[in-house]
Amino acid sequence: MKRRDIFKGAALGLALAAGPAVAQDQTYTIGVAIPSATHGFMGGLNYHAQDSIKRLEATYPQLSFVLATAGDAGKMVNDIEDMVATRNIDALVVLPFESEPLTSPVQAVKEAGIWVTVVDRGLSVPGIEDLYVAGDNPGFGRTAGEYFAANLKAGDNIVVLRGIPTTLDNERVDAFTAAIDGSGINVLDMQHGNWNRDDAFNVMQDFLSKYDDIDAVWAADDDMAIGVLEAIAQADRSADMWVVGGAGMKEIIKRIMDGDPQLPVNVTYPPAQIATAIELTALGLVSATPVSGRFIIGSQIITPENAESFYFPDSPF
Amino acid sequence: MSDTTASAAPPRRRLNLHVLGPVLALVALIVLGASLNANFLGYGNVTNVLARSAFIGIIAVGMTFVITAGGIDLSVGSMAAFVAGVMIMAMNAMIPTLGVGVPLILAGMCVALLAGLAAGLLNGFLISKVGIEAFIVTLGSMGIYRSLVTWLADGGTLSLDFAARGFYRPVYYDGLLGVSWPIIVFAIVAVLGELTMRHTPFGRHCAALGANEQVAKYSAVKVDRVRMGTYVLLGMLVGLATIMYVPRLGSASGSTGTLWELEAIAAVIIGGTVLKGGFGRVWGTVVGVLILSLIDNILNLASIVSPYLNGAIQGVIVILAVVLQREGKSAD
Repeated sequence: MKRRDIFKGAALGLALAAGPAVAQDQTYTIGVAIPSATHGFMGGLNYHAQDSIKRLEATYPQLSFVLATAGDAGKMVNDIEDMVATRNIDALVVLPFESEPLTSPVQAVKEAGIWVTVVDRGLSVPGIEDLYVAGDNPGFGRTAGEYFAANLKAGDNIVVLRGIPTTLDNERVDAFTAAIDGSGINVLDMQHGNWNRDDAFNVMQDFLSKYDDIDAVWAADDDMAIGVLEAIAQADRSADMWVVGGAGMKEIIKRIMDGDPQLPVNVTYPPAQIATAIELTALGLVSATPVSGRFIIGSQIITPENAESFYFPDSPF
Repeated sequence: MSDTTASAAPPRRRLNLHVLGPVLALVALIVLGASLNANFLGYGNVTNVLARSAFIGIIAVGMTFVITAGGIDLSVGSMAAFVAGVMIMAMNAMIPTLGVGVPLILAGMCVALLAGLAAGLLNGFLISKVGIEAFIVTLGSMGIYRSLVTWLADGGTLSLDFAARGFYRPVYYDGLLGVSWPIIVFAIVAVLGELTMRHTPFGRHCAALGANEQVAKYSAVKVDRVRMGTYVLLGMLVGLATIMYVPRLGSASGSTGTLWELEAIAAVIIGGTVLKGGFGRVWGTVVGVLILSLIDNILNLASIVSPYLNGAIQGVIVILAVVLQREGKSAD
């Protein structure tokens, strides 16, 4: 197979070992390194990674996969080093836990002639990866912001729950702020709910104590939206405000499908993007399909009309 | 077993400031909060803060006994998540047989208490019978319970059946005479904890064991049994906290109860209990818990500084509260 040469040409050691075995039924190993399932979104991502690996292994018998989940950046680096050293991977699909610490280990993998697919979070040096697959963070904030701008009047008050302080969160919030700029909507307050139900519940309780007039909440994440909704219900103010979450958790999608007035819309940031990355990488190995470049998955708005096509009852998220 | 063993604990010199430090910090925070926001002392806000303190508070009372006896338990946050997960799954599984009603809730509560008891027994057994360091045992079980709940939830969230949730919800949100149940339970646990620590052989044996294990042993204290008892008590209190926690959001996931162990330990130390054991003060722990929740509450209500700095402000106040009571203790 020709692609093999592209992937392995630079890896002298590997070429030596694989030399005599060149044949049509060449097998490939793909390493997948992702963060462990510590919250809803990552749970969904783990589910979709395992799901697509199962499907690809059944479709292409010549492919095998190594899946490693890591709780921190250091463990992820170790996982990747182990994959290269002991499993002779032909391609690596990685969702970097953090950009900075993962950049040089992934660069080393690339220099060993292995195909690199980076998912969701970019590395800090451009041009390392062969394929970049990601959700659209500014688009996520902008889409939500445009909905707020279109559905609120000048002078209406909103509060915002932010995630864990990261570049990703900043990109979303900046795009949201830019989208509502000039609409006359007052942002009363922004606090970090850390993409966590309990934290969001506490923050929202305090917002409700502090402000008598809130017209809408941008919870920016469906786990946080659950906590926010519960705090609003406790304060008996469910009729006063609506909530927009994000990422498309199945329970929230279900409520949008059912036309819940408190949850008018949702904005996607699909955890299934890992499946896109794994599928494209596999396709590149087993066929002549060109897959290098950048693949940005747009953030769509989920309304009661189209919610059904975003509802995955079997996914944990 | 004679009660004279209590004298095994060395007498401690305590200045007034030592005792009053955390109380002063608490009063200062209340004054600060009231001056920053008019709603701070309102019924709604006070109820919110007290009710959300209850989980950490109930656990921290148990932690006071463990630390007084010279131990530590890092697993309580993960344990709470695991117990919540088991409780939710058990209740969902029992709905077809028991139906949605009081028996289901009671059965769920029993499951939570038993799961907490079992988890505490396991920690206590490994620490006191097998003789492994408490830090290592509970660090290990912290990871085990956290992964188990993630595994049970398949990486997602375990949610209580909708109807059962609606029936169970009042356990967090309703109460007696306007005081919600978590606050009542927290108060009862705190009072019983204080009485146990001060007026029962068990409390005195904990202090004796934490102060000097050899002396306690020679004074006929059943050291292993007391140590085991502290972890079992803590496990059951984690179960009790979970009973209060589950009706709030009706769900548990891998991120439930993250860092609760550190908050509980911090509350215990802020309250004046000695980290290396030998002296414990349950009412101090209650003050410590309230200080920690008030800091969060005030930062949210006031938004005086960038939310990026919330953690730093918390850190400064925690250290200050402890510094206040260190005056005159340096001679120890």
